[in-house]
Amino acid sequence: MSKRYRIRLLWLLVPASAIVLAFAVSSIALLAIGESPISAFRSMFEYGSQQNSLVSMVNRAVPLYVAGLAVAIGFKMNLFNIGVEGQYRIAALLAAAAGAAVTLPAPLHIVFIMLVAMAAGAAWAGIAGVLKVKRGVHEVVSTIMLNSIATGIGAYLLANYLRKPRLPHELIIQTRQIPPSGQLPPLAVIGGENLRSFVLIAAVLGFLVYVLIWRTRFGFDLRASGINPDAARVSGVSPNRMILTTMLISGAVAGLIGMSDLFGFFHAYTLDFPTGLGFDGIAVALVGLNHPVGVAAAAMVFGWVDRAAQILDLEGIPKEVIIITKGVIILSVVVAYEVVRRLVQTQEVKAAAEETRRLEEQKEVVAA
Amino acid sequence: MTEPGPAVELKGITKTFPGVVANDDVNLVVLPAEIHAVVGENGAGKSTLMKILYGMLRPDGGTISVDGRDVRFRSPKDAIAAGIGMVHQHFMLATNLTVLENVVLGSEPAHAGVLDFDGARTRIKELSESYGVPLDPDRLLEDLAVGERQRVEIVKVLYRGAQILILDEPTAVLVPQEVEELFGHLRELKERGVTIIFISHKLDEVLEIADSITVIRDGHTVATVKPHDVTARQLAELMVGSELPTPETRESTVTEEVLLSVRGLGVRIGDRWALEETSFDIHRGEIVGIAGVEGNGQRELVETLMGLRKPDAGDITLADVGVGLWPTRRRREAGLGYIPEDRQGRGLLLPSPLWENAMLGHQTRDPFSKGPWINKGGARRRTEDLIREYNVMTPGPDTSALALSGGNQQKLIVGREMIAEPKVLIAAQPTRGIDVGAQEAVWEQIRAARAAGLALLLISADLEELIGLSDTLYVILRGRLVAKLDPATVTPEELGSYMTGAAEAATA
Repeated sequence: MSKRYRIRLLWLLVPASAIVLAFAVSSIALLAIGESPISAFRSMFEYGSQQNSLVSMVNRAVPLYVAGLAVAIGFKMNLFNIGVEGQYRIAALLAAAAGAAVTLPAPLHIVFIMLVAMAAGAAWAGIAGVLKVKRGVHEVVSTIMLNSIATGIGAYLLANYLRKPRLPHELIIQTRQIPPSGQLPPLAVIGGENLRSFVLIAAVLGFLVYVLIWRTRFGFDLRASGINPDAARVSGVSPNRMILTTMLISGAVAGLIGMSDLFGFFHAYTLDFPTGLGFDGIAVALVGLNHPVGVAAAAMVFGWVDRAAQILDLEGIPKEVIIITKGVIILSVVVAYEVVRRLVQTQEVKAAAEETRRLEEQKEVVAA
Repeated sequence: MTEPGPAVELKGITKTFPGVVANDDVNLVVLPAEIHAVVGENGAGKSTLMKILYGMLRPDGGTISVDGRDVRFRSPKDAIAAGIGMVHQHFMLATNLTVLENVVLGSEPAHAGVLDFDGARTRIKELSESYGVPLDPDRLLEDLAVGERQRVEIVKVLYRGAQILILDEPTAVLVPQEVEELFGHLRELKERGVTIIFISHKLDEVLEIADSITVIRDGHTVATVKPHDVTARQLAELMVGSELPTPETRESTVTEEVLLSVRGLGVRIGDRWALEETSFDIHRGEIVGIAGVEGNGQRELVETLMGLRKPDAGDITLADVGVGLWPTRRRREAGLGYIPEDRQGRGLLLPSPLWENAMLGHQTRDPFSKGPWINKGGARRRTEDLIREYNVMTPGPDTSALALSGGNQQKLIVGREMIAEPKVLIAAQPTRGIDVGAQEAVWEQIRAARAAGLALLLISADLEELIGLSDTLYVILRGRLVAKLDPATVTPEELGSYMTGAAEAATA
């Protein structure tokens, strides 16, 4: 048993040391531009440990978490859905427009908007799925291109069909406001900062993803396809159906990425709606080892770094330094995981060999 | 210093290694320019020992000396530098390149950064002439037969300057005629001063070709003998420690009831038929064997039967139901089982626990799942039964498949398919690369299942296995079943001549 705990500890050590390394490398960058890393990080920690910063960390982490989940579902079967970015933006736009167009009682309205978002995300991801299944187009290529197309189509739809009629003094282009029945009130207000309620829905979503992947037959087929597609196929998994289904589910989850911001803050799709969450989701999924718990932890770390870095501008330090921090975290974590994985594997193989030998000796004794 | 020292000397080699067998105090002395056979059951530790000698594994203890000098290999590069080369059982060749390109691959000759193919061509011709290994450097590898490909591997090793050749189960992939040819080449090489270490578990071959034989059992060196001092039987006893099993099935259990019927099956690849006009029946309680040199349509046949490939012609009927267009899963659920030839590539999820591996292929069925949910408890219990009944040596159902030895992995796969009690089982190379004990266990299970009414399609490169187990034997050549033979009367040599098309040509 103690061995098992040692292995768990080893796994936990990886992200911890990656974070330390990331701050070390960022310090070098700061020194290189003539800033003091100590004062920079001190102000980051002071600012980042305030109550309202912690709330903001969670608010920032939630969309990252959902994005991480969407990417992780694909990763689990070696499907690289790089198109999460485009999927959530299309989904958020259409969901916002649909949500503003209907009147429904409060909980139903929320559910309706989420369903539209999931359908839109799934449909957009489904294009890449169909292209892969029917035409053998690699999903990395198609999803990257679909990201650009999503940006273009989104802008076109917003500007021509879905925008709110502009009042003379208004500059911003956006969809019409979703009525209060389609908004989520904050869960709590801490330190003047709203803790958005979508965090609860995200938690449930994470649990559902866990159950789907680790507890259902579908999840078994999915994981088997990721580990050994040939063996999965021989076992009766239809690779095409698997690719399509996984793409649709991944896209549906991706559709929910923008919902926290939509329900809790913007209440409309605007030109300054957050972008780039889909790409951050790839990093979060990698660092979180494609497991809902790991993805949650990774999303929190990234959310905190984002929030804490806000103070750097006030200190006159370019906050872009945190891009270096994040990059180093991702790189070192990915490398270190591989090292640990091999280490653990060798250990397991050794232990199994010893145990087997012992069993065989026992059998021989019994036979003799 | 008149007597030459050993070319290779391994002393006290010890290696604790994944799986069941390790090397434990192994000693081996190979004299220069001799053919030294290392025999032992599969899994006895031969491969481990050779991987150590070739620098692929590092020993935990013991010393290696080559030409009297102590060496320490950190990688095959070091071994190659010391003049040791290895011809692997599974060829490491690129089929879309020429012989020449394959030979130089990895040690490309260059003048000022430009590939010097002409120089390489000359050297290959020289090598092939001086060592008596005929080879045309400009042919495309995919046009070569298995025996010729093996020669490419040998020349590739010689090209790198090897004077000590390790051949890992070189005859496993060859038909009897090709084996004779290979032995001719090996004798030539020996004449020219090359030292050969020949790994095998086929005793008659070893007795024919070797100058000395070292027997390994359970990771120990048991004895080193001269071939004229021992009989095959004595060697077998040294190797196994008991009697050698034979794959014979006893009285016929074949019934009238047809469980699998194949009619006019054809598969087109490009503009040629990889499988053509193939028809046969398998009855309840019958084993139908398919003999053939690899790459003559066996793969296409199996894949079409399993629903992994769409046939371009013909019908497949499983227990009176046409299944030709069914997906794999539906066929499996209808009682079709499959033991794939490539157990790691197609049969296992290596990093996953055994219980997940045991449910692979049966994940839609009790006790592995209930509706859409995985039934982990049921799956683990079934896996425990499987481990017990099929004698899989492992700590338990939570062990990863990669921690099992090859023989135990195979026992797991065979057990997984058998325990589901299929109506028809397709077994492709069910005993390839596993030890004699596991082989005997698999044969016994096949016989028992046959007696219980299983219809089995056996595809194997082991001719004795085919002859011993089959009730009906077909030969496949260039995608066609060219002969139906009676396993009770046919000899491996006859079978071999059908497989290469020699018999066909003789009768035509």
